[in-house]
Amino acid sequence: MTEKNVNSNNKNIQTNENPFMKYLRKDRLPNIFCAGCGNGIVMNIFFKGMESADIDFDTLALVSGIGCSSRIPGYVKCDSLHTTHGRAITFATGLKVGNPDLNVVVFTGDGDAASIGGNHLIHGARKNINITVICVNNNIYGMTGGQISPTSPKGSFGTTAPYGARDKPFNLAELVSTAGATYVSRWTTVHPLQLSKSIKKALLNPGFSFVEIVSQCPTYFGRKNKLRTPVDMINAFKENSANIRKAAKMDEEELVGKIVVGEYVNNSRKELTENVRDLSVEQCCRNLAIKSAYQDKFED
Amino acid sequence: MTKKVMTANRAVSEAVKLAKPQVIPVYPITPQTSISEYLAQFVADGDIDAEYIRVESEHSAISAALGASGTGVRVFTATSSQGLMLMHEILYAAAGMRMPIVMADANRSISAPLSIWNDQQDSIAQRDSGWLQTYAENGQDSLDSVLMAYKISENSKVLLPSMVCLDGFILTHTVEPVEIPTQEQVDSFLPKYKPEHAFLDPKQPKSLGTLTDPDYYMETRYQLEKAMENSIEVIEQVSKEFKEIFSREYGLVEEYKCEDAKIIIIAMGSICSTVRVCVDDMRERGEKVGLLKIRSYRPFPQEYIQKAVQNADKVAVLDKNIAFGVGGALYNDIKAKIDIEAYDFILGLGGRDITPKDIDEVLDKTKNPVKDVTWIGLKNKGM
Repeated sequence: MTEKNVNSNNKNIQTNENPFMKYLRKDRLPNIFCAGCGNGIVMNIFFKGMESADIDFDTLALVSGIGCSSRIPGYVKCDSLHTTHGRAITFATGLKVGNPDLNVVVFTGDGDAASIGGNHLIHGARKNINITVICVNNNIYGMTGGQISPTSPKGSFGTTAPYGARDKPFNLAELVSTAGATYVSRWTTVHPLQLSKSIKKALLNPGFSFVEIVSQCPTYFGRKNKLRTPVDMINAFKENSANIRKAAKMDEEELVGKIVVGEYVNNSRKELTENVRDLSVEQCCRNLAIKSAYQDKFED
Repeated sequence: MTKKVMTANRAVSEAVKLAKPQVIPVYPITPQTSISEYLAQFVADGDIDAEYIRVESEHSAISAALGASGTGVRVFTATSSQGLMLMHEILYAAAGMRMPIVMADANRSISAPLSIWNDQQDSIAQRDSGWLQTYAENGQDSLDSVLMAYKISENSKVLLPSMVCLDGFILTHTVEPVEIPTQEQVDSFLPKYKPEHAFLDPKQPKSLGTLTDPDYYMETRYQLEKAMENSIEVIEQVSKEFKEIFSREYGLVEEYKCEDAKIIIIAMGSICSTVRVCVDDMRERGEKVGLLKIRSYRPFPQEYIQKAVQNADKVAVLDKNIAFGVGGALYNDIKAKIDIEAYDFILGLGGRDITPKDIDEVLDKTKNPVKDVTWIGLKNKGM
């Protein structure tokens, strides 16, 4: 932790204010999240992870699409792009290539990333573009009022499945791992310490990083699925989480209804812009003329 | 026939239930969402004998609708705003393949900046796609328009898809009394769909939407133009049949106190209810004003408009959309096709309220015009 942070933390203890309040646009508060929503925990954990990765807040650029979790960047006092439904990863790709000095983070949800934007999710992972995607998976479309999403468990209820979902849900962490991401993990909102460590690793990984946070939506998912309060939902996460190492020894029957948490992938391979640069070196025997469109403009 | 209090979204859903489509692919988006929810419930409860597809985007919704229509069955979908923008590519494909799809659009403004509130930019942006477009004034109009849309679209002289536009929140989330026709009435008006268009039948293999070289492409577009022209006559016929069964009359336009009006306000959608009240007030003050409601924006009812404004000196066009640099879309169509002195008023964008005071300003600025296109209700600061 830097000296500046320690100082501000001391000040915060005196005023009883959350130490991460300095990163927020206070004039935008209170936020629109429902009481008991996991998004507050996610923001708290993210700032903790960001500080422990020693990321300069001024280099942070947040990108989001549409949905409850996509509202998070609107409350953070840094540059951000609020884009169209499902396309955040493509906007983020352009942003990162345009100015590689930025730490680009996408906040997304299961609807945004896996439904309408599923194509961009797998292609972002395949190309290994150096961005961090934080996917707040609440297993339902929260913003529009509780419709079934591609991660809604079989048999769970939503307004578009009044008698229970029938389709097989996506396993996002596995999907993105298979698609080629170089850092993938999944935790729930009851794993704040593991999550902040995971976010630190994701931010420092020079490639496509995907952190899935299984989060509670008591308003829609909980209410429709006999988990009426945030506490019920949190307890369900606690009871049903199984670590990936332990899960490897469990059979299919034991794994039914389990949330397999832990680190799925942590390796490295060439990142998208490196590949582009290498092509230029191999074919033209010189580095790319433009290293960064942003710098190029300012060095003139 | 029963009268119930409901939102226009519910009214549309009731119409869909009565029209009995067989495939319903929908993706939820504010303010259309409750349509997707009602229909899911109807299908799950067996109230509609249809397949409901929970698709992963609006692009998929309209693509699945096209695919299903391609097998020769009646289909329905609904969307709004960004969803309609995402459908753009397939809207042209649906019209080009002559699929009589019916869709409801809950009119909402377009990002950026993001807004969930009402204007008509979303459907106006699809104006050249070859879809018929109807703008509903209230819940009853929304229900009736969906029923009529199927009959118009499925007519062999037309075979173009239809979009029923209803103002987001103003109609979609406002409850009002709506008369629900009986299934017998609807069945006699809109019998089971027998496909007359080219559809995929294993007994007669064919390909739809294939690559067309310059020798043929232009003719297919000309056929679309002819179908759009034909639809005017078909809408007249369908409106007549509708009136016989349901005792409610709709046309391509609706005139209100236009015969002796010197100034006629032309508008589309829910704002017409406000304007009608304003016209009455203005008449009490001695102003000779009328309202011309455009129900059918596509096909464009040129002859009807020309006839309605023949005795007027000027028209004031209300546009809840903007074609930057040239005013609103309806105004431009009227300038292009109607012989009358016309002034345009851009208003109500992104959910900005339109009050009777604004309509007074419209009248005033039409009587004493300064410029051809005026924005109404702008905040002065920084403009």
